Amino acid sequence: MDLIRSQTWRANLTLGLLAGALILYCGAIGMIAAFDEREVVNDFISVGRLVLLATPFIVGYMAANRVKSAGGETITALVSGIVTGVLIALPSIILLLFNSDEFRFLLDWSLRLTPFVAATVVAWRMHGDSADTRLLVGTWLLVAVLLGIVLGSLALIFDVKGELRSVLVNINRDWVDVITFDNRGDLLMGIVTYGGMSLGSGLAGSIFYFFPRTPRRALTYGLGVTIVVGAFGETVRLVLQENLERDTLNTLFRRDTLRQSAALALFIISTVVGFLWAMYGQQVRKSVHNMDGSQRRTTRLISTLIFVAILLMLPWLIGRTLSDVAVTIGLFVLMGLGLNIAIGLAGLLDLGYVTNYAVGAYILAVLTSIGPLGLFKGTFTFWMVIPLALLAAMFAGFMFAVPVLRMRGDYLAIATLGFGEIIGKLAISDWLKPIIGGAQGVQAIQKPVFFGAELRNPEQLYYIVLVACLVTLFVSIRLNNSRTGRQWMAIREDEDVATAMGIDTARAKLLAFTLSAATGGVAGAIFAAKVGSVFPNSFTVFISINVLSLIIVGGIASNPGIVVGAIVLIGLPELLREFSDFRFLLYGALLIGMMINRPQGLIPSQIATHEIRSGVQAKAGAGG
Amino acid sequence: MEAGKKGLKKILVSNGMTKRFSGLVAVDNLDFYIPEGAIASIIGPNGAGKTTFFNCVTGFYQIDDGELMFDGTRLNGKTPDQITRSGIARTFQNIRLFNNMSAIENIMVGQEPHLKSTWLGSILGLPSTRREDEESEDRGRELLQFVGLEGKGDMLSKNLSYGDQRRLEIGRALASRPKLILLDEPTAGMNPRETIETTDFIRRLRDELDITVVLIEHDMRVVMDISEHITVLDYGRKIAEGLPEDIQRNPDVIEAYLGSGAAAAQAAI
Amino acid sequence: MFKWRTEDFSWVDFTIDVLRVLIVLAVIIGSWNTLSSGRISFAQWVNLFIAGLSQGSIYALIALGYTLVYGILLMINFAHGEVFMAGAFSTVFLAEALNRTGFLNTQPMLSIILMILFAGLISMTVAILLERIAYRPLRGSPRLVPLITAIGASFFLQYTFRGLYGSGFKAYPQVKVLQGTVPIGAINIPTVQIFVFVSALFLMLGLHWLVERTRVGKAMRAVSENKEVARLMGIDIDWVIMFTFGVGGFLAGSAGVINGLFRPQGVNFFMGFIPGIKAFTAAVLGGIGNIPGAMLGGLFLGVIEAIGPNLVLAGLGIPGANQLKDVIAFTMLVLVLIFRPQGILGERLSEQKA
Repeated sequence: MDLIRSQTWRANLTLGLLAGALILYCGAIGMIAAFDEREVVNDFISVGRLVLLATPFIVGYMAANRVKSAGGETITALVSGIVTGVLIALPSIILLLFNSDEFRFLLDWSLRLTPFVAATVVAWRMHGDSADTRLLVGTWLLVAVLLGIVLGSLALIFDVKGELRSVLVNINRDWVDVITFDNRGDLLMGIVTYGGMSLGSGLAGSIFYFFPRTPRRALTYGLGVTIVVGAFGETVRLVLQENLERDTLNTLFRRDTLRQSAALALFIISTVVGFLWAMYGQQVRKSVHNMDGSQRRTTRLISTLIFVAILLMLPWLIGRTLSDVAVTIGLFVLMGLGLNIAIGLAGLLDLGYVTNYAVGAYILAVLTSIGPLGLFKGTFTFWMVIPLALLAAMFAGFMFAVPVLRMRGDYLAIATLGFGEIIGKLAISDWLKPIIGGAQGVQAIQKPVFFGAELRNPEQLYYIVLVACLVTLFVSIRLNNSRTGRQWMAIREDEDVATAMGIDTARAKLLAFTLSAATGGVAGAIFAAKVGSVFPNSFTVFISINVLSLIIVGGIASNPGIVVGAIVLIGLPELLREFSDFRFLLYGALLIGMMINRPQGLIPSQIATHEIRSGVQAKAGAGG
Repeated sequence: MEAGKKGLKKILVSNGMTKRFSGLVAVDNLDFYIPEGAIASIIGPNGAGKTTFFNCVTGFYQIDDGELMFDGTRLNGKTPDQITRSGIARTFQNIRLFNNMSAIENIMVGQEPHLKSTWLGSILGLPSTRREDEESEDRGRELLQFVGLEGKGDMLSKNLSYGDQRRLEIGRALASRPKLILLDEPTAGMNPRETIETTDFIRRLRDELDITVVLIEHDMRVVMDISEHITVLDYGRKIAEGLPEDIQRNPDVIEAYLGSGAAAAQAAI
Repeated sequence: MFKWRTEDFSWVDFTIDVLRVLIVLAVIIGSWNTLSSGRISFAQWVNLFIAGLSQGSIYALIALGYTLVYGILLMINFAHGEVFMAGAFSTVFLAEALNRTGFLNTQPMLSIILMILFAGLISMTVAILLERIAYRPLRGSPRLVPLITAIGASFFLQYTFRGLYGSGFKAYPQVKVLQGTVPIGAINIPTVQIFVFVSALFLMLGLHWLVERTRVGKAMRAVSENKEVARLMGIDIDWVIMFTFGVGGFLAGSAGVINGLFRPQGVNFFMGFIPGIKAFTAAVLGGIGNIPGAMLGGLFLGVIEAIGPNLVLAGLGIPGANQLKDVIAFTMLVLVLIFRPQGILGERLSEQKA
């Protein structure tokens, strides 16, 4: 019993400290201060502060859960909530002290003393029980010297440069403001406030654990809805703007944030709905489950119709700004579906996908521009060039695929990355400047004209992208269930055996690269038409990484997964502008996390789902 | 000597076949044949070059010297896919299925040599392509039934039991409708009951489907029970060939397996 | 090992052969034009060569990290360029501080050694954390999984350091002792280039000593030969792998400082990406997994990159040839992967362990 408890305690302490380190990290890279710019509820709470409070709440809940499932007392669970709450605040509070003028000496002292303390601890723990004093002294010296070099240098840097901010740019006033809850002037007050808040949320989290199930769910639902609506207040307002009177809107929103009364009302309503769902949801689900065939078919038909109607009406529902976001998402869905042929089906990790995008964009630019670089000054229209862009991208995909066909998986990835970089450098070079304009790019690209009407708004371009996506989706599904698709999958699973089955692997791989390139070209062409000009800076390795990430996050070889991946990875950063600086940080973390914990992605491909449903454990996902 | 059902015709013949790996001679000047319609076995101690021999026949390795003939055509220089198309199929010692594909898909990939549809046809949904897909799936289901995997077609192959995976691998090899099938240790890791089932199954392959079977096997009971023709390899060379009874009595074979002392003792008796 | 399409005609081979011929032709024609025009004097060639060697020795230091890790884990640590960046970017502040106190110019040697140690230890920490958090849980998974993780780690590290130190460009302060040139015969060689080359050489010798002469080096070699056997011999595999990442990180970090003295400008969070790919090229050029190979490969790549644009591209009449330095390097990468994936010193067949 004691052992279990001590282990539980240690696990909870570790959890608290890890979460504290995370908060510190988010602060140090400027995330918390950036998120403070966005208010969830007007004059009440911002996203940044919500992170500060929600983390101890969640961790407190987890800690209580852990104590309870190890058989601990209720009071222990509550205490663990409090302790983790304090621990989470601790690292940030220490940094706050280091950063202040009054307690600056603490930083200096700890930088100078840590090497000796750490050396003693390490030496003692490693060799404390051995009789060999030379080993003990040696370890002590080694650790002391190594740590001394690093920490001594840091002490020197901070000594010479003054404030922490001169090195760690984001340990600045904004950060202090958020952490101290606007008590920058009175540090002690700030620390007490933040510590108290964190402690309180930790305790609240652990208390929340003891709520009965139904109200707990209802509250979670209510809070969740309010937070999401509040955080995306700007987006919600844009959507409502299309459909509501200005005055009504102003009672709900103050500029882009939810008013307090509106938030309260939303919270109450969604909690009540959540409560009802928690009470009666089971019955509803059961009755849906019990529907007979024809009923079910009609429900499915109706839901499909509603879905299609929404897809078709989307630009009117969401307005111009959001249509623009929808077009961007659509372009990435297009590329994701294309690249998925290479990565998801054939297992060829192509990191140079941006090449195809660039080819498509430049082809359209050069052929339809009416500027100085335009070759035909308007003879070619958008519609004539789209098939050309498609073919050109396929050709480029083909040409770049031939040399890499014999390469092993990881070499292939690096080689394609190399191609992408070569293309990037060539696009910006003086050599090709007479054709594609070097760093200035190509300008004055004509907008597509559809039966005499110029499609210049994102609302109209949306339909082009939608059609392209649907066509690609159709082709992709057809290929997935075809002989060709099975050839690709066989190559992905085991290339040698695939050859032994009689598959001409070189041919199949070449086809995968070529077809996968096609949608990249179309996406590039539409992108060029949308922006109206093409610059080499739009075609960096980041595009390839973007597409790769959305495939991995959504689910390798899973078409719905790609759509969801694009909405999450491309859409969210567009909607949460404060977020866009941290976009690639998030992508990186997601790629690592997904590979370690959920290699099959958010929405695994159908075959894997099928396996999970039929109760068979399907762990690692496809090829990867 | 000639033990095959059809007797005289040799379906697979090698003359002076040699395969080297940077100095090491894995298969050494091998003259060898398999009678058509036989169940033949290749045996020998570990490292005798049995799997290398399979890899040479199926084109995974290119042979350095000599000649390999199958059913009247030369196999030298052919690639694995061409060899598969000419009618040789194989399984692997460590099962190599397409793990993240369902059992039926594995079989359908095995039918590759007989499929004609193209990617364009699949995208456009041409009637001929659809028909081929349907037929291919039907035949695949029949084959699954034949190897005893009825109803398991939609499972991912990595989730099948070990014995089912072995059976599926044989099924995948059969899907190419081969004249000759090479089985690399088909009963490895099986319990006695499964082993008997597998031996019966191998007989059915030959009797019902009329396929010549070559197996590499370590279990001597299986080999002696099932084989009509045995070749013994040691250090890449052939040391004996013939009927099971002859092999059992051959002093060279006993020596290779048990060491020279044993051979002397055997001779003394 | 599984060769195919050897005797029959193969259009893949054919295309690759055409490519080979085209490249050889381009190199010959380009060089011929340049050399016959005599635009660049002999002394200038020598200067380019030496500059290439110095740049190459920096690539070599980074490449060693790729090769060490590949030798042991058979994985491409794509985030290694970011390990280099971590050291280089962090040490800018130390260099500035040392410069402001005047220590940098009164005691240049001591300062530089301190900087190298500081950068090395920072990069080492990053590399070890990377291994511990991102790669260790993935041992034994299919090849592409750790590669994708490494790509993720690469971007994660870039943007972490962007968040920590800001997105602006920084520069190393100038060290007075390293300014100026040293006359050797008729040719003046910049002091800093000699310094770069010599210090890189020292670090490489240190690595050689570590791997060949010490107990931990022996353990590293054992683990890279056969992990299971090494484990049975009582070697703590996890520790050895961590140590290997640490050593690779240390070399990358020190390369960061040396690079900063050689090319003071352009220190920012993205500075590791391109050198990372180039160092990988160097590692493959020399035969990945092969330590002397990585050193040679680095030097070779540095020289090609310095001479190639002037010799070949300028000769082909391409304007702004020096802009295309990176193109030469990446083309090298692709060519090596196509024609000689086992590298110059490729005794270890790349597919043997595949």
